[in-house]
Amino acid sequence: MNPENYLFLSALLFTVGACGVLLRRNVIVLFMCVELMLNAANLALVTFSRMHGNLDGQIMAFFVMVVAAAEVVVGLAIIVMVFRSRHSASVDDASLMKL
Amino acid sequence: MSFPLLTATALAPAIGAVATAAVPAARRTVAKWLALGFSLVTLGFALAVLLRFDTGAGADRFQLTESHWWIRDFGMRYELGVDGVGVALIALTAVLIPFLIGAGWNDADPVEGEAPANRRWRPTQGFFALILLVEAMVIMSFAATDVFLFYVFFEAMLIPMYFLIGGFGDRAGSGDEEGQARQRTYAAVKFLLYNLVGGLVMLAAVIGLFVATADQLPEGTFSLRAILEARASGDLEFAQSTERWLFLGFFLAFAIKAPLWPLHTWLPNAMGESTAPVAVLITAVVDKVGTFAMLRFCLGLFPEASHWATPVVLTLALVSIVYGALLAIGQRDMKRLIAYASISHFGFIVLGIFAMTSQGQGGATLYMINHGIATAALMLVAGFLISRRGSRIIADYGGVQKTAPVLAGTFLIGGLATLSLPGTGPFVSEFLVLVGTFSRYQVAGIVASSGIVLAALYVLILYQRTMTGPVKAGLEKLPDLRVRELAVVAPLIALVVFLGVYPRPLTDIVNPAVEHTLSDVDRQDPAPQVPAEADSGHEAGAEHE
Amino acid sequence: MESLIALLIAAPLLGAALLLVGGRRLDRVGHWLGTLLAAVSFVLAVVLFFDLLGREAEDRTLSQHLFSWVPVADFQADVAFQLDQLSMTFVLLITGVGTLIHLYSVGYMEHDERRRRFFGYLNLFLAAMLLLVLADNYLLLYVGWEGVGLASYLLIGFWQHKPSAATAAKKAFVVNRVGDVGLSIAIFLMFTTFGSFAFDTVLPNATGTSEATLTGIGLMLLLAACGKSAQVPLQSWLGDAMEGPTSVSALIHAATMVTAGVYLVTRSADVFNAAPNAQTVVITVGAVTLLFGAIVGCAKDDIKKALAGSTMSQIGYMMLAAGLGPLGYAFAIMHLVTHGFFKAGLFLGAGSVMHGMNDEVDMRRYGGLRKHMPITFATFGLAYLAIIGFPYLSGFFSKDEIIYAGFSKGGGQGWLLGGVMLLGAALTAYYMTRIMLLTFFGEKRWQPDANGHEPHPHESPLSMTVPMMVLAVGSVAAGFLFNLGSSFEHWLEPVTGIAHGDSPVSHGMVSIAATGVMVIGVAGAWFQYGRRPVPVVAPTGNLLTRAARRDLLQDDFNHAVLVQPGNYLTRGLVYVDHKGVDGVVNGTAAAFGGLSGRLRRVQNGFARSYAVSMFGGVVLLVAATLLMRAV
Repeated sequence: MNPENYLFLSALLFTVGACGVLLRRNVIVLFMCVELMLNAANLALVTFSRMHGNLDGQIMAFFVMVVAAAEVVVGLAIIVMVFRSRHSASVDDASLMKL
Repeated sequence: MSFPLLTATALAPAIGAVATAAVPAARRTVAKWLALGFSLVTLGFALAVLLRFDTGAGADRFQLTESHWWIRDFGMRYELGVDGVGVALIALTAVLIPFLIGAGWNDADPVEGEAPANRRWRPTQGFFALILLVEAMVIMSFAATDVFLFYVFFEAMLIPMYFLIGGFGDRAGSGDEEGQARQRTYAAVKFLLYNLVGGLVMLAAVIGLFVATADQLPEGTFSLRAILEARASGDLEFAQSTERWLFLGFFLAFAIKAPLWPLHTWLPNAMGESTAPVAVLITAVVDKVGTFAMLRFCLGLFPEASHWATPVVLTLALVSIVYGALLAIGQRDMKRLIAYASISHFGFIVLGIFAMTSQGQGGATLYMINHGIATAALMLVAGFLISRRGSRIIADYGGVQKTAPVLAGTFLIGGLATLSLPGTGPFVSEFLVLVGTFSRYQVAGIVASSGIVLAALYVLILYQRTMTGPVKAGLEKLPDLRVRELAVVAPLIALVVFLGVYPRPLTDIVNPAVEHTLSDVDRQDPAPQVPAEADSGHEAGAEHE
Repeated sequence: MESLIALLIAAPLLGAALLLVGGRRLDRVGHWLGTLLAAVSFVLAVVLFFDLLGREAEDRTLSQHLFSWVPVADFQADVAFQLDQLSMTFVLLITGVGTLIHLYSVGYMEHDERRRRFFGYLNLFLAAMLLLVLADNYLLLYVGWEGVGLASYLLIGFWQHKPSAATAAKKAFVVNRVGDVGLSIAIFLMFTTFGSFAFDTVLPNATGTSEATLTGIGLMLLLAACGKSAQVPLQSWLGDAMEGPTSVSALIHAATMVTAGVYLVTRSADVFNAAPNAQTVVITVGAVTLLFGAIVGCAKDDIKKALAGSTMSQIGYMMLAAGLGPLGYAFAIMHLVTHGFFKAGLFLGAGSVMHGMNDEVDMRRYGGLRKHMPITFATFGLAYLAIIGFPYLSGFFSKDEIIYAGFSKGGGQGWLLGGVMLLGAALTAYYMTRIMLLTFFGEKRWQPDANGHEPHPHESPLSMTVPMMVLAVGSVAAGFLFNLGSSFEHWLEPVTGIAHGDSPVSHGMVSIAATGVMVIGVAGAWFQYGRRPVPVVAPTGNLLTRAARRDLLQDDFNHAVLVQPGNYLTRGLVYVDHKGVDGVVNGTAAAFGGLSGRLRRVQNGFARSYAVSMFGGVVLLVAATLLMRAV
């Protein structure tokens, strides 16, 4: 199987994620779309690693996963705080740049 | 190493500023006396500078020099030194400040019914500390011979000035408390922005100067003396375009500070909104740094570019003279009138500097001194009058002469000095400027002479409307000058008359400096058409040859 | 002896300083102190005069160098004095008449609470005027020149509570300043031409310098002279200057200060002699003014303004004579001195009349005063006879000499000048007779003033009448004495030079003609004002009369040509400064403000719009990278 197909899938997933970030209002969905974009990038990294016979891409993918995990922790905490104060999970309600 | 007299002269008011600011708000009388004391100490140092300055033949151009490394990596030095012009202006500054403190004695006191929040922004001790701080910076500007050092103080004095204008208004403007505060803020911000723009352009030029010197000399330098020496010995020769750009960068900053038409509009606002002593501080002291720097830096560093720019600068100066005077005639606000008169006078000063004759530049230097003293006298008396009635509008006055003859008399003398009546200092300087200009640029001299008539108009119209005629309602009980006020004004008037009758001490100091500047720009006085026969009548003339 | 010259000026200067700074404690003695110091100055002048008389004619110049005033490179201004015959003549006139008028003012200003200050100003005037005539260079002369202008400003506006007085004072100063510009430019020209402005450098070197330069200097000096001496076109201030106290009008605006212009021209004789074109202009100005002033004098009902017109006209004579060069200098000065006597006498007489008439100045409300004020009538009458040129009184000698000098100019020009001056003499006789008849003859025409006070004309106190008597004696005798063996001419000769032209008419003929036109003028006035009662309200009169009452429309002209456009200009400029110059600056500030307002909107706080811009940015970057790779 041609590894380039993985790259097409990766691009597709990234686009889906990006559209989700730009179009959806719900914070949780938005967050999941960010994860989708990250994982699309991971998929691309792993594919390149395979194509070039080099482990750098896989190492990079692990880094991204770690960072994504950390990001989820911080992000969810912020979302919870915003939800508590505004009783809403819409990003557009939190537009004052303050609590 | 000798005693660093110039540093001491600048340090005294700086220490005074810190000490005054440290006085608790409740003891404001202490702060006032402390500030006055320090300003007098400064005056003492300045007089010592004056006495130590050698005016004899063959004396050094820059004297009382001090030189230390400041930031070695960037070639910046702590380098001080004064020529005759610097000495005279330091003396002017040191003489004026005690009078300004005396005149502003009660200007920063709490006002009845004032909101405590406002009060916090205009503490009495702060007013006097800021004045002393400005004095220290102005003296440093006059004494610095390192261009970067000069630049630092040239710019730094904007900060205390900003607070003096914006924080301490004369509360005699039109409109309610809030409207006045808005006008004050507008004036202060305008002052700051104008001068910052000039300052930033100048900073670029200062750096450019360093780069240009670094190209040709073993290492780049900001030192005026080093550059003058290098130029004289031929080691340094700016490219024509470089020199012109650098000149423009410097000149813009000084033309804003001076101020020259059309960069003048900050001055009427700033002078109108601030208290009379601060207005005097602006026009008589701070602005002089601008004209002083034109003489010292523009002409000294960039002689070729100065020649190149002369036609334009002379035109701007002439426009300033006539335009300022005409606008002064049209003003309804006393302090703005004096501000526009000052613009006219700054035109004369710039005219004299760029006429590049001994009489023109000597006259311009004397003009700086005399204008400082004469405007101080006029403005302070106007301030006393305004504080009595609470209005700056000329039409609110009339017949003051009847109820307060001494006030009117001093106002008239201040006004007559402003219109350059012979027998007062400004006459000598104005005539020298005109003669110096005429001997090289006849038309410019004649156009500038029209300022003589216009000055008479704006001064006498002001006097007529405020002081003569029937007594205006509400002025029947106007008190005459108090002892403190008279003590402030009388010495200034005495000084202005003395300098008109016997300006010799001043010309002796200034003449050698002017000769040096003229040799910098490589100009000689035009010779008379008919060579005068050896006239033995002038012993003084013989000394000079 | 030389050291006395400075004292001459120092005495009144000290008086001015003491009286003006001394404050109220000098109120009680101030006027006597001022008078005393003026008298001291006069005594010194007399001492110096006899010292000069004791010397050889060529040796009659004293000089005193006090100190170097403004030395800047070649510009060497000294405070130094020079006393020669010309200066001496002026010094005697100034201190002599000055002292008399101080004395007169003691009585005249008796009820004024600010009398001390008045005497301070008078002393200041004396000092400045003496400085003017004693200076040995033009710059110091300029100091005196503006000094007398200041004193004149202060004294015209002495009654400052009257808006008209304050306005008149300002007008006088400003118009004079226009003239002063002329003097400054003349000094600039001297400095660039000769490298100096001292008399002893400029004047000897004048011959041989380019005529164009000298004409320039001469015209500029003339401009200055026009300002100070109220000559056309700078004449308009003199009439208004009559707002000042009458003793001021007598001293400053008749006898001394207004003649400073003649002094300036005479002093600069060498310059004018070498610049014939400038001389022609001087003559023209003098001739025009002499008719102008006379016509105005004929129409005014205000006694002081009528006399002011007369002053203008008489100075026109002097100016014309000075323009004739060495032909006329001596006679210009001679007429100046005799005029100083009789015009001061006339003004003091007018002051005395006003003093007795509740300060009424309208001659149509006088009438028949000779019975009430005999001494005033007698002294005024003698001065009157002197000014109209009654044979063997002072005006007769000095004016005839000028007319004769005019004829001596030769050719058509001579006839023209002689004719104009004879016409002026007729007019002089007319307006002076008119004043005389309206004031002292006919029926009483005075009425209660606005407050209901009926004037009670009475003779003035001795302190006022004595100076009038002295001046009357001077008016009668001065001309005869001066003309005795042409003593005055010879006295001035070393300074002014002397010349005699070929006159087409003889000296005697001129005298006869002058006396003839005088009789015609007197008769004309008598026909109009002496034969029949004078209406209290002036009749409308013909066009010329109406114009002359308004000073031949000079103020209307100045207003329309200078004041009004000037007002528009300043108002326009204030607008331009506010909207234009400041507008550009504020506009720039507003543009930045607007721009930042727009830019601010991008930062709206919506996370997703930030995401869009980030996304857009990334796309741009990627596209750019790809594009770079492709190239």
